[in-house]
Amino acid sequence: MAIGTLAPPLGVPAGAERTTERSRTWRKFARNPAAIAGALILFMVVGAAVFAPWIAPHEPARQSLIRRFTPPVWAEAGKTAHILGTDQVGRDILSRIIHGARISLMVGIAAVAVSMTVGVTLGLLSGFLQGRVDTVIMTVVDVTLSFPPLLLALAFVAALGPSVTTIIVVLGLTGWERYTRVVRAEVLALREKDFMEAARAMGASSARMVLRHVLPNTFSSIIVMSTLQVAQAILQEAALSFLGVGTGSAYPTWGQMISLGRDFVSVAWWLPTFPGLAILLTVLAINLVGDRLRDALDPRVG
Amino acid sequence: MLTLLIRRVVRLVVVLVGVSLVTFAILQVSGDPVALMMPEAPEADRAVLRQNMGFNDPLAVQFVRFVGNIARGDFGQSFFHRKPALPLVLERMPTTMLLTALAMGLSLGLALPVGILSAVRRNSLFDHAATFVVFLGTSMPVFWTGIMLILLFAVQLRVLPVSGWESWAALILPAFTLATFSTPLLLRIVRSSMLEVINLDYVRTARAKGVSEWFVICRHALINAALPLVTVAGLQFGLLLGGAIVTETVFAVPGLGRLVVGAIRQLDFPIVQAGVFVLALIVVLVNFAVDMLYVYLNPQIRVR
Repeated sequence: MAIGTLAPPLGVPAGAERTTERSRTWRKFARNPAAIAGALILFMVVGAAVFAPWIAPHEPARQSLIRRFTPPVWAEAGKTAHILGTDQVGRDILSRIIHGARISLMVGIAAVAVSMTVGVTLGLLSGFLQGRVDTVIMTVVDVTLSFPPLLLALAFVAALGPSVTTIIVVLGLTGWERYTRVVRAEVLALREKDFMEAARAMGASSARMVLRHVLPNTFSSIIVMSTLQVAQAILQEAALSFLGVGTGSAYPTWGQMISLGRDFVSVAWWLPTFPGLAILLTVLAINLVGDRLRDALDPRVG
Repeated sequence: MLTLLIRRVVRLVVVLVGVSLVTFAILQVSGDPVALMMPEAPEADRAVLRQNMGFNDPLAVQFVRFVGNIARGDFGQSFFHRKPALPLVLERMPTTMLLTALAMGLSLGLALPVGILSAVRRNSLFDHAATFVVFLGTSMPVFWTGIMLILLFAVQLRVLPVSGWESWAALILPAFTLATFSTPLLLRIVRSSMLEVINLDYVRTARAKGVSEWFVICRHALINAALPLVTVAGLQFGLLLGGAIVTETVFAVPGLGRLVVGAIRQLDFPIVQAGVFVLALIVVLVNFAVDMLYVYLNPQIRVR
């Protein structure tokens, strides 16, 4: 996973030799077993989120005091009805994990969509208009970078009142600066390229240059960054839920399950363990896919 | 050199004003602070307090007053403790700093040798294993790692305390948990900055003249890899503090993070604002120091 070096723009404007480019990208991606494993896990998580009400063996909210603290099925007192056991009020853990995938994925993807929209727009403006606009935008980036992102999100979610929408907006507005920096850098690099000069000479308007020539050239970096950002947003959402400023509803989330399970860790280890594994596997899968995507889309990497 | 310094200081001040603006906004978006301060008081009393505290003034006026107060170290009274917020925050600082420093030390001790070896033996089994551990580490929620370590060392093996901060043994698990968060970040930077320099001509020249491999790596490669390393490490400092906040909550470490998280749950905004501002100030100053170090270490910038 790159922290500083992200995929550079492809040197040619979009359109040229696209088919061969694409099949090579795919071949490079498919050659990596870790990326394939990541894609498979991701596929399963998305499936679980979409079809949660149909594949979850139990109602996620159904309590049963006789069945509380049932251990996982392979333990001595385990029951086949509850494969991953039950929690302190007898709710089925597997079902809650399957339903929790919905919140995690939704928040992760929506927050990144917000970040991407804000970040890319500001990056394009900053790189193209330069001058005073650039100075102002980069100062805002510096200010954003000064806060521990999680802390800022915590404070604002608490102040605005916890809800899924608040979490999405706040996480989106704390994670955009990476897009701005990368897109701005690419615009600055692209400005000097010959094909941009040619477009300008042919009388293309600024808007057309941005939309037709610059934006397509930043796509590969944006896709890679977004994949990795979704992973980060999922971790952040889980941390917010864990710290008690979650979605504000009773619908299960992985972070909240871990938070509740922590108090019972000495009597029922499975309570916090399995939701954490769900987060770990999901985020790991996204990271593996994103990393491989970067290598595949980056013409410099062999 | 002097103009560069002045420009950096000006930027530092501008960023700090921006940081104050965001901190100011926290209380503004929360709705009615007076309702939080005196939840049981009748509306007439609240209106008086609102007027006295200047909440009816234009936002710009309130902001200027806020910045003036911050400059004097006044973040207002904690709603809950009924004491000035800043001293409460500052007295928790040493604990958080100790935790962060311990984790940083552990991380550096692991990340430097492993990262260097990974870069030197690129694509070896060792490198692949290290890369996978980095992936695993960056994908684990730090609070869950902490709980799993509690489960293993405190519940199962019973060798370390579950929480607290009273004995040295109690420091081990929190420090180690935070290190599992920071080590992958550092390891990745060490490896990639070493890879950047290790195949450059001058390193090859050094090898060619017969200097020992160890000396080449330490004297030639590492020194030059140190620049990007320090910069990125500075940028990641905010992330590390975020990890410290979560870690403190898991292990009930009486640090700044736990204070702020508690204050957030109680909607005790003066504490939240003071905590957020102090942590952001630390990040800004660390990055300013890194910037200056960069100027000092990089002869190309120094001459200009």
